[in-house]
Amino acid sequence: MMPMHKFANPTRFLKLANLIIPWSFGAMVVLFGYGLFLGLFNSPEDYQQGETVRIMYIHVPTAWISIQTYILIAVASAVSIIWKHPLADISAKSAAPIGLAFTGLALITGSLWGKPMWGAWWVWDARLTSVLIQFFLYIGYMAIWRAIEDHSKASKAAAILALVGSINVPIIKFSVDWWNTLHQPSSIMRADGPSIDGTMIQPLFYMFGGFMAFFITVLLWRMKAELSSRKLQVMTLDMAYKNEGQVEQ
Amino acid sequence: MNDFFNMGGYGSYIWPAYLTVFIVLLSLGVSSFKTQIKLKKQVEVLKEKRRSKMKGKN
Repeated sequence: MMPMHKFANPTRFLKLANLIIPWSFGAMVVLFGYGLFLGLFNSPEDYQQGETVRIMYIHVPTAWISIQTYILIAVASAVSIIWKHPLADISAKSAAPIGLAFTGLALITGSLWGKPMWGAWWVWDARLTSVLIQFFLYIGYMAIWRAIEDHSKASKAAAILALVGSINVPIIKFSVDWWNTLHQPSSIMRADGPSIDGTMIQPLFYMFGGFMAFFITVLLWRMKAELSSRKLQVMTLDMAYKNEGQVEQ
Repeated sequence: MNDFFNMGGYGSYIWPAYLTVFIVLLSLGVSSFKTQIKLKKQVEVLKEKRRSKMKGKN
């Protein structure tokens, strides 16, 4: 087996990314196509929530991915601080806007589900509040990258925020068990197995796959962009330096 | 068909939810794709410039 650190080489990474992207893009189209067909046409309504259960097929996957992305950023931040690996810090920075989008979507779709079921667009319950905190953590993380010009300082400050904020991840996960929330507890990730019917798990599964494939594709595009932008910076500096040298001679 | 859009009376919640997801992800995807292409081209242009400069020196 090839040692993992070999993929950490940017050139190798680019090769690998270019290999993966067409497949992840194709998988996204197929999984979304089938998932939407099942979710909108070929699945029953819920006996309590009626047709609104169809919001679950976009709400639950976007919420899951928003948390996964946060975990990815926290782990990459730790790697970046400890081993100072450039790809760790590139992947964390590139993942943040995607995580922000998914968190926002989880909040919006949840709100559109809450209004007809709970009678309110928003309640300050522990689950909703902790996800809102995650939304602001993403904004803060991205703001640090923008605000600090010195690259290594920005990287370190952003990583520290991501790591401190990771305390929020278990709070989101267990909020529905620890507090008496209006938000319903988990029906998939349960110790006694999923509590919803197979006809609903299937569309949920395919839609999750579609969102995941989207995440991978866009993350790789953004990482490629970030690599190019760093290369540009180095090349411009290098050229400016050489030009200066010529003038002095 | 009308029944489908009506979604048991919840269409006005379900469709905006799907539409928002679609619009947000599409714009994120398209902008990420375009930026990546644009920066890659800029790197190539700069490389070409550097190459022609080296030739000029020799």
